[in-house]
Amino acid sequence: MAFPMLRSTAILAPNAARGMATLKDIETRLKSVTNIRKITSSMKMVSAAKFSRAERALKPARVYGTGAASLYEKNEFESGEDKLVLAISSDRGLCGGIHSGLGRTIKAAHAEQPIKKTVIVGDKAKAILLKTLGDTYLATFNNVGKKAASFSDAIAVAEEVLSHNCETVEIVYNDFVNVVTYKALTKAIPSAESIEANDAIYTYDEVDSEVLKCYQEFTLANIVFHSIREQECSEQSARMNAMENATRNAGEMIDKLTLQFNRTRQAVITRELIEIISGANALE
Amino acid sequence: MAFRSIALRTAALCRRAMATEASGSTFPLTFGSPSNALFNAAPVKQVDIPSTTGHFGILPNHVPTIAILLPGVVSVTTEAGDVQRFFVSSGTATIHADSTVQIMAEEICDVGEIDGAAVRSALEVSRSKLASATSEADKAAAQIEVDVYECMVAVA
Repeated sequence: MAFPMLRSTAILAPNAARGMATLKDIETRLKSVTNIRKITSSMKMVSAAKFSRAERALKPARVYGTGAASLYEKNEFESGEDKLVLAISSDRGLCGGIHSGLGRTIKAAHAEQPIKKTVIVGDKAKAILLKTLGDTYLATFNNVGKKAASFSDAIAVAEEVLSHNCETVEIVYNDFVNVVTYKALTKAIPSAESIEANDAIYTYDEVDSEVLKCYQEFTLANIVFHSIREQECSEQSARMNAMENATRNAGEMIDKLTLQFNRTRQAVITRELIEIISGANALE
Repeated sequence: MAFRSIALRTAALCRRAMATEASGSTFPLTFGSPSNALFNAAPVKQVDIPSTTGHFGILPNHVPTIAILLPGVVSVTTEAGDVQRFFVSSGTATIHADSTVQIMAEEICDVGEIDGAAVRSALEVSRSKLASATSEADKAAAQIEVDVYECMVAVA
């Protein structure tokens, strides 16, 4: 263990004045990294609390969303080329790969088949997709992510989407798998006209245009609500993990810096002692 | 020995498969609101719903249909035989060919929990709101409020 120590002191301590400055530098760095660790640790705890709340809220939302989507799951409704992509993200970052994963999925889909119309929920997705899909933006929603979305928020988004009268709506969001995993998913929902044009709907008795229109509108709001809840849960879990990693890395950095600080301090003291002793020897 | 265990396993698998479809006297019902999932593919005997095409009851193997719900009472007869009544504000009901039923309602509340006095006063407030409403949208919204509260008063 002696050799590595000697080598590092040789690099760090050229002469007395330079040594003191290095000591202060290390001290400043140590203070700032300690602050960072405090911040990331508290962000992790806040995210953990929000995550447990989001997970609890997700349970009924999942039953609700899958129930609402049952008509589209059990029947094949082909729909036309006129697609509207609804991207669900939020305004806040520091959540790992949540927003960039969503951006990647949408850009890949755009490369396969150009997307003409988009509605964006959340400033992060808006910023990520601005360069490639900026001119397709029909509407954007912000103030997303500060508090949990309610059903009325989902209704507002669904109304905006429905006002553009497209044949299919594709909702892109991050599905919550478990605490450490989430997956970007795309859900396609046909419009009332597309459903009517498909024979599959006529297995259902007594269906007229009025009923179908109301049904499709309400179901779209339900599925949007479910997707928003899944996205919220995925985001909080990702933020919790990201902050946990950041806290751990900051802790490691603090340990390394503390060792460096102590070694430097000892080197400075040793050098001063050597100078005093050699000075005393020279006088004799 | 091996044959008997295989036979038992297939019998158990068959029983499990049948439990998810209408097994003669029950069908799986999923009934919930955005914040509350009351029934999740739970087997029930009968459900009565208030829809725009009339108040009708759903039994196993009902013809597939979709319906819009009006404000009113949904009564569920569970497998055990007891009847639970819930007030719903609005929503949709879907009955599929495999006899699964999904009822999605915006707001659900147990009929027993409705506070008659609070609902009556809310009805007065919404009636005055309807009288003083000016634009078409406000009038429609106020009318919906009055309808829902009138139904609640009738049920409470």
